[in-house]
Amino acid sequence: MKLRPFRLSLLGLSLLIPGALAAVVLFLLIYSGQAIGFNGLHFLYTINWNLGDLYDDPVQVGNVQVPSGANYGILVFIVGTLLSSFIAILIAVPLSMGAAICLAEALPAKIRPVLSMLVELVAVVPSVVFGLWGIAVLIPFIGDYLSPTGNGYGLLATSVVLALMITPIIATTLLDALLQVPKENRESAFALGATHFEVVTKAMMPMVRTTLIGGIVLALGRALGETMAVLMVSGGGINILPTSIFSPVSTIASFIVGQLDSAEADPTNMSIRALAEIALVLFIITLAVNSAAKLLTSGALNVRKRSH
Amino acid sequence: MSASAATNPPARSGQEIRRIIIDKIGWVACGIGLLLVIAPLVDIVGVVAFHGASAFSLKLFTTVTNGTGGGLLNAIEGTFIITFGAMLIAVPIGVGAGIYLSEYGNNKLGSTIRFLSDVLTGTPSIVLGYFSYIVFIISLGWDFSVLAGAITIAILIVPYLARITELALRQVPTAMREAGFALGASEPTVVFKIILPGAASGVVTGTLLALAISVGETAPLIYTAGWSNYTWNGKLTHEPIGYLTYVIWTFIDQPFAESHALAYAAAFLVMLVVLAINIGVRLAIRRTKFV
Repeated sequence: MKLRPFRLSLLGLSLLIPGALAAVVLFLLIYSGQAIGFNGLHFLYTINWNLGDLYDDPVQVGNVQVPSGANYGILVFIVGTLLSSFIAILIAVPLSMGAAICLAEALPAKIRPVLSMLVELVAVVPSVVFGLWGIAVLIPFIGDYLSPTGNGYGLLATSVVLALMITPIIATTLLDALLQVPKENRESAFALGATHFEVVTKAMMPMVRTTLIGGIVLALGRALGETMAVLMVSGGGINILPTSIFSPVSTIASFIVGQLDSAEADPTNMSIRALAEIALVLFIITLAVNSAAKLLTSGALNVRKRSH
Repeated sequence: MSASAATNPPARSGQEIRRIIIDKIGWVACGIGLLLVIAPLVDIVGVVAFHGASAFSLKLFTTVTNGTGGGLLNAIEGTFIITFGAMLIAVPIGVGAGIYLSEYGNNKLGSTIRFLSDVLTGTPSIVLGYFSYIVFIISLGWDFSVLAGAITIAILIVPYLARITELALRQVPTAMREAGFALGASEPTVVFKIILPGAASGVVTGTLLALAISVGETAPLIYTAGWSNYTWNGKLTHEPIGYLTYVIWTFIDQPFAESHALAYAAAFLVMLVVLAINIGVRLAIRRTKFV
């Protein structure tokens, strides 16, 4: 076979992408190894995150050094992550369905590009600016009008900000799908005497259902890993499970950022290793969700092509 | 909707009236949905522009931050340097990978790279940041530094660049490649003289969008770039650096009006860059389907 240096060098460049991904997984795995051994499965279902006494002499557990009294349990953060993302989806789905249907069917084609661009622009607002807006506008509102304690930081604020951040993902996915529904399907529904809204809900939506679900799962993947906005409005609840929608929470992603300073003070580095283990858990969760989204959306595309 | 009403006899059955009412309610609900999706964006831009613009002064661009206030010189400079460094690393890799995927990637290896590239895109940025922290800061001992921050952002944007480049190159007609080869051009000549110029607008689009992403990122930098109140002294490692998004995050939590003004000013600058790029790109390529 002829050696093709040009192709090979391009291949080398593109292999850097899977290489980077492999390095991320590998280094997180290697670095968290001791923590995984020390924590066992307790890690996933205990709610007590305690760095231990960082100034006392470390104790020997098995063959690793740990600060005395240290215990790492992340159930609170797993619950916070799943719960806030789940509520965010509950808020975002109806909003983005309404927005997409409105854009696809109700508005004249002339103003559609402008409004759909506005929807897309929501997705490019940096996370930290959403957090700023949350602190400036949303938190005072929740604190003044909704929360019984007068404190706006917590699960509700987190979910609302997350919902706003993911609506464009769901809305644009659904809009693209709705615009591709064959004209014949719409027109035959109209010809049967359906109202315009019935055409949308009964003739068009069933055709795009799989794509919609794919978009929702994709949005879920995004919400699970969102960091800055959550960190700024969540209230940072630690070691207590949320009891109401106004309880302070932490998500896995926001907790990792919040713990930087205290983890650096740990002479045994065990808490840094435990944080690497958390990062690994977050990676696995988002990987599973994103793969599911990919399967759903690619499957849906096939269905749509066949129906043309 | 009104056309059907005109042909109907005037007397409507109860069921018909119910259906028409549901129709109206449905549309109003959808309209409210659209309003609630767009309104926060308008409010965010409004709030940030209002507070941010009123905090603007010459001092903002000429002095560095101190604990509670000051200017943004160090943060603006830092964001610029980190972004520039990240682009320097990411653009050759991303564009090269995009060329491979588009020209030679129609095989198992190509789809595997594509899939893993999507996995990297979906990986939360904090996970990438923490990876860089344990590798560059702890294991290699670089301390918080420009290089660690730039590499982390580069890892974040390379998959975007690769996929957008690939999409852009695929729009160049095959006939142009064949014409090049028929004239006896070598593979590099076809790629660099025919395909890349033909897809230049798409590649530029991808680069600009990647730029917007790196200006707006925060989470991966907290663990890699650190923070500094001083302007950059030229060292790539062992020297933390400031950046705009850090100011937004930390200064809004301080109790002083001066700090808040600085946070809004930083947010205003970041939003200005991000929105200008994204609106510009969308207006320029309205008809093509890269984004």
